[in-house]
Amino acid sequence: MKRDVFQAIADPTRRAILVLLTAQAMTPNALAEQFQMSRQAVSKHIRILRECEVVEQQKAGREIYYHSRLDKMKEIDRWLEQFRQHWDSRFKQLDQVLTNLKAKQNET
Amino acid sequence: MKRDLLMDFSVDKENKAISVKREFAAALPLVWEAYTKSEILDQWWAPKPWRARTKAMDFREGGYWLYAMVGPGGEEHWARADYLKIDPHKSFSARDGFADEEGNLNRQMPQSRWDVAFSSAAVGTLVTNRITFGDLQHLEQTLAMGFKEGFVAALENLDGWLSRR
Repeated sequence: MKRDVFQAIADPTRRAILVLLTAQAMTPNALAEQFQMSRQAVSKHIRILRECEVVEQQKAGREIYYHSRLDKMKEIDRWLEQFRQHWDSRFKQLDQVLTNLKAKQNET
Repeated sequence: MKRDLLMDFSVDKENKAISVKREFAAALPLVWEAYTKSEILDQWWAPKPWRARTKAMDFREGGYWLYAMVGPGGEEHWARADYLKIDPHKSFSARDGFADEEGNLNRQMPQSRWDVAFSSAAVGTLVTNRITFGDLQHLEQTLAMGFKEGFVAALENLDGWLSRR
């Protein structure tokens, strides 16, 4: 099943994992220690994050390290920025409409 | 000096909602009118170069607003907002979705819910727009749709799609 970034951030634990991994690459053990849940539960979240392609794993010797992919996270930012701009321009038009309405009210 | 009016934008992914707070330099009853009278909505609801054109408006609980978003090339996208709850000069909520010209809802397409609250503020009126998506998949759909078609097309898609929010 193809997953994407919104699924990655739809869960609070996954958001927390992403925050941690954005700060530094971490091993599965180090990551699991940060959460009050079973290692299996943490692994499941990591698996989803990897399927969403926001987290990658890298081998260094015998250890596996997870790190986040900032380029993927930026997709969300970009979409939200467009959404924000859309509302911003809509509201600027409303500012103008309100100014006109007020002027009309003052005339009468 | 014209000071910038507050606009606060936040995403509540857990509840699949986006919240947009905005101040307007006008008294509350006027802002309420601008949100609830179609002849005023038509003047601002569509971000340029799109414009909104109302076919029917019945602003009461159980009533609906049927409108088209008209693109620069004359293309039309119809949307219908059903008013669920109205508390005059305080708040209203509606469910918004794609429709056809006759107002038949297209249930294959994403719908969203608006909760709009009005309160008096120092500068005039504060409006809180909360837009809740029924399913996070819809957000993903839109995202996927947009990025496949390239940036310009994405903007057009978003314009069309978002304008129905």
